[in-house]
Amino acid sequence: MKVMIDTGNYVAAKAAVMAKPDVIAAYPITPQTTLVEGIARYVATGEFKGEYICVESEHSAMSACIGASAAGSRTFTATSSHGLLLMHEMLHWAALARLPVIMCNINRVVGPGWNIWADQNDSIAQRDTGWIQFYCSSNQEIFDTVLQSFKLGEHKKVGLPVMINYDAFVLSHTSMPVYVPEQKEVDDFLPSFKPLWKLDVDNPITFGNIIGPAYYEKVRKAMQDAHEAAKTLVPEIAKEWKNKFGRYHGDLVERYKCEGAEYILMAMGAIGAESKVAIDNLRAEGLKIGLARVRTFRPFPAEEMIKLGKQADLIVIDRNISIGSEGALFNETKASLYNKSDAKVHGFIAGLGGKDVTYQDIQNICKKVINGKAKDFEWYGLEGD
Amino acid sequence: MKKYDVVTSISYPKKGAMGKTGSWRVFKPKLDKNKCVKCLQCWVFCPEGVITKNKDGTIDIDYEYCKGCGVCANVCKVKAIIMEREAEG
Ligand code: SF4
Ligand code: SF4
Repeated sequence: MKVMIDTGNYVAAKAAVMAKPDVIAAYPITPQTTLVEGIARYVATGEFKGEYICVESEHSAMSACIGASAAGSRTFTATSSHGLLLMHEMLHWAALARLPVIMCNINRVVGPGWNIWADQNDSIAQRDTGWIQFYCSSNQEIFDTVLQSFKLGEHKKVGLPVMINYDAFVLSHTSMPVYVPEQKEVDDFLPSFKPLWKLDVDNPITFGNIIGPAYYEKVRKAMQDAHEAAKTLVPEIAKEWKNKFGRYHGDLVERYKCEGAEYILMAMGAIGAESKVAIDNLRAEGLKIGLARVRTFRPFPAEEMIKLGKQADLIVIDRNISIGSEGALFNETKASLYNKSDAKVHGFIAGLGGKDVTYQDIQNICKKVINGKAKDFEWYGLEGD
Repeated sequence: MKKYDVVTSISYPKKGAMGKTGSWRVFKPKLDKNKCVKCLQCWVFCPEGVITKNKDGTIDIDYEYCKGCGVCANVCKVKAIIMEREAEG
């Protein structure tokens, strides 16, 4: 085990290359660019031995990965914001075809106005594509989750593409120490890719052919079942990782100081890491509060939400807004609790456009709820205060 | 043939995997065997592969699967195939 001190993007590139994909196809976009650059460096040093395809757009990047995956190759790509949106059609293709393409998405604002900072609206907009979605809160978690995602997506009970999301700049361009196992240990953890099906000249089949309504519905149901299977496999794979490498980031939800909590704060991504500082401070003041950081937004951990809702009132911070509705995590948390718990749930929109959300901000939000001053749903610090 | 245990949109080679596609036809290619000079242009160009070549070099059209695109009538230099509207009903 070595320690690598590097940015989220370089760490993701390292993890991707250690998974030994046969094909990586990617197009650079800020703030993902240094990830692609990191992989190019491993092509130059010979550490990456697969095919590296420099395509002319993200739509092509995802298409190339789909073609390669359909031919039985392990595949990886990475993107951000508008790049992810350009892939949208092919994201559905990858998932419906049950191809485990693994992709990092660096959460960045969608324009206009032009802005390159952290915001989750890009990936939230892809929630119905059938992809599994992780949200990471540290570089170590990015490294570990990328490798675990290959195992999860390629598992015969899952067979789905996986998107590993992390915040622009806050993680993508910030250096942290990360433990990197030996290649042999990774090889032991991650066996070679056995596709659920593949294009094979010796066993010819057609892919993406026309199917009638009744069959189509079964395809959708099978994807839903695969997401249910992932709910069990995410913690299983995380535990296997912990036994091998000693690190654990929680499974679907990471709980922090939830014992005896009467309020539980919820968030995804880097805000989840910042929240730990806020929780420590609030606990030091004697407030009974804990943190449940949601790692998988798809599959959505509804059963976990119910457990949390039976224990405490919930405070949800969303770095995204489903315009015309509410924050996505807030909305889905309440949907999970409906008829199952009478917990009060408060939603806050914070940190859009890459606006900083400091532990002080998080403490302010929590105190507003605890002091009975919060509305059901509100925007935090809209005036820049 | 190798079968895969996965529910997605893949299909295996099989005659008429989509059923009797001939029922989709609006125009029907009508073959005049007396005019036909057995050049096999239609056999080459039929996108559905539903024109069969007989041992004696003559051809036949499999109307169960012919979709009536008219390509055969178009490539036939001696006008041995003409397209006729399918009978109503
Ligand atoms: S009409 Fe089209 S499908 Fe039918 S035999 Fe002619 S070329 Fe083939
Ligand atoms: S193209 Fe015309 S002449 Fe040639 S084989 Fe077909 S029907 Fe006969």
